[in-house]
Amino acid sequence: MSGHPDGTPRRALSALRHDPPAVAGTVVLLLLLVVGVAGRWLAPAGVNDVDVDGMLRPPSPDHPFGTDELGRDVLSRVLVAARVSLEVGLVSVGIALLVGVTVGLLAGWYRGWVDNVLMRGMDVLFAFPVLLLAVAIVAVLGPGLLTAMVAIGVVYTPIFARVTRAGVLSVREQVFVRAAVSIGASDARIVRRHVLPNIAAPLIVQTSLSLAFAILSEAALSFLGLGIQPPDPAWGRMLYDGRGFVTEAWWLGVFPGAAIFLTVLAFNLVGDALRDVLDPRQLTVGEARRSRA
Amino acid sequence: MARFVLRRLLQSVVVLLGVTLVVFLLLQLVPGDPVRVALGTRFDQQTYDALRERSGLDRPLVAQYVGYVGHALTGDLGVSFRSGQPVTTIVLERLPATLSLAVTAVLLALLVAFPLGVLSAVRSGSVLDHAARVFSQFGVSVPDFWMGIMGILLFAGVLGWLPPSGYVALTEDPAGWASHVLLPAAAVGLVTASILTRFIRSSVLEVLSEDYVRTAEAKGLRSRIVVVRHVLRNALIPVVTVVAVQLASLIGGVIVIEVLFAWPGVGRLTYDAVQARDYPVLQGAVLFVAALFLLMNLLVDVLYARLDPRIGVR
Repeated sequence: MSGHPDGTPRRALSALRHDPPAVAGTVVLLLLLVVGVAGRWLAPAGVNDVDVDGMLRPPSPDHPFGTDELGRDVLSRVLVAARVSLEVGLVSVGIALLVGVTVGLLAGWYRGWVDNVLMRGMDVLFAFPVLLLAVAIVAVLGPGLLTAMVAIGVVYTPIFARVTRAGVLSVREQVFVRAAVSIGASDARIVRRHVLPNIAAPLIVQTSLSLAFAILSEAALSFLGLGIQPPDPAWGRMLYDGRGFVTEAWWLGVFPGAAIFLTVLAFNLVGDALRDVLDPRQLTVGEARRSRA
Repeated sequence: MARFVLRRLLQSVVVLLGVTLVVFLLLQLVPGDPVRVALGTRFDQQTYDALRERSGLDRPLVAQYVGYVGHALTGDLGVSFRSGQPVTTIVLERLPATLSLAVTAVLLALLVAFPLGVLSAVRSGSVLDHAARVFSQFGVSVPDFWMGIMGILLFAGVLGWLPPSGYVALTEDPAGWASHVLLPAAAVGLVTASILTRFIRSSVLEVLSEDYVRTAEAKGLRSRIVVVRHVLRNALIPVVTVVAVQLASLIGGVIVIEVLFAWPGVGRLTYDAVQARDYPVLQGAVLFVAALFLLMNLLVDVLYARLDPRIGVR
C-alpha cells in the first residue's frame, strides 16, 4: 500500500524539498499561480487593445514579446491567458477526480455487477484516443471554456477510476477495514475514515500528472478553436492565430508555446517527484494509456 | 493461449459495442435538430427530409441505435450531411495519409529512442543517461504542435529546406512526400521518442538485474555480447508492444498536427467535419479510429502473449 495516511503530506513536502527539479517545478507553478490570479494587473497593456499602426512589431522595450497581427501586446496576452490554462486544468482534473474516485470507490467496494458495469463503462471511455474524444464532445456541445473543461474532465475520468479501484481492492482486505466492518461501521464511514486516506498517495500523484496532460489538451483544443472563444486569449489559440505569420514574426510562435511547455514541464517535474516518493510503481497518464496492453 | 485470445476478443467486442453507443449518443447531444444545424443557410425542405430519412433520425431512439450498429457492421457509416458521399469511403480515402504520417513518426522515434534508451540503461548514471532523461522529460512536456511551429519557423522560414505545409501522396512522388512528411513526423515523433526512450531504458535496466545476465557476465562473455544476446532479446518484448500501442494512439491522435500542416488525413477530416457540423462524418471518423485503436490493442495483447507465454496463462 502507498503509506500511512498521516505521513502522506509530510513525505510529499519532503520529496519536493530534496529534489532540485521538483523545487524548480514548484517555483514555476507558484509564479504561474501569481500570474494566473494577477495577470490582468501585471499585463503592461490591455489584452484586446488593437493598434493597426503597430502590427507584427518585434520584441522591444515597449512590447517585450512583440505585437501580434492586430497590434496587440503579446506579453499581456500571454500573462492573461495563464488564468485560462490554470482554470481549465484545475476544473477538468477536479471533475475527473470527483467522478473517477466515486466510480472507483463504488466499483472496488461493492465489486460484483456494480464493478462490472462501472468499469466496463470506463473501458469504453478509455478506448478512445484522448484528444479525439475531447474534440467530439466539444464539437457536439459547442465550443467554449465550460465545454472544454467538461470534455477534458470526461476523458481523464477513467484513469482516476482505475487508480482508485485498485487502491480500494487492496485496502478492503486490510485487517483494520475488516475490523471496522465487523463492529458494524457504515460503508460511508469506512470509506471516509479508512479507505480514502489510504489511497490518497496515488491519487495525489495522478492529480499532479493529470494537470500537465489536461493543460496540454486544453492548448490543443484551443489551437483547434474549440476552447475559449476570441477575443479572449488562450495560449493554444494564440499559436493557431499566429501560425500564418510565424515565418515573418517568430515571437508569435515562440512565447505562447514556451508558456505551455514551461507549465506542463513544471507539473510533470512535481508529479514525477511525488510519484518517486509516494507511489513509485504508478504509471503516468500517458504511460498508462500507452502501455495498458 | 486460445482461451486468453478468446477472452480478450469477447472483452473487445463488449467495449466496441459501448464505443458505438457513445458515438451514437454524440449525435443526440447536439442541441436542436442536427440535420437543420448542419444544413444552416443551405436549408431546403427536400434535402432536409432526405437526410433525416437516410440518417434514420425520424425513427425511435432504440431503433436508430440498432440500425446504426447493424449498418456499421456492414461497413455503412451513413452519408455526409455536406457532400452526400458515404462516410466509409471518405474515411478510407483519408486513411493512407494518416497511416504514412504515423508510421514515419514511429520510425523516426525509434531511430532516436532505441540507441538512447539502451545506452542510457547500459551506462546508467552517466552523462548520457542524464541527457536521455532530460530529453524524455522535455519530450513529454512539449506540445507536438508547438514543435511543429518551431520546425516550420526554422526549416521552412529561416533555412528554407523544407515546405511549411502540404501533402504529396507517397505513390505519386516519393521524394515530394518525404520532404512534406519530415516536419510533421518529426514533431510527433519527438514526443513518441521521449516515451519510448523511458520504456526502453527501464525495460533494459530491469533485464540487466536478472540472474541470467549475471551468469552470462560471470562466464566471461564480453559485455557487448551479453547486451545483444541476453539483454536486448528479453528487454525488447515489452517494447514491441509499446511501439504498436504508440502507433495505434498516433493514428487517432494527430489531429492538431494534421491541421497545422494541412495534412489530409483522418484527423484533418475530423476537424473539417467539426467546422462544417457534418456530424455523420465526425461520428464515422471517431468510430473508425476507436475501432482501429481497439483492434490494434487486441493484436498487441495477442502478440505479447505469443512472445511471452506467461501472459496467456495468467
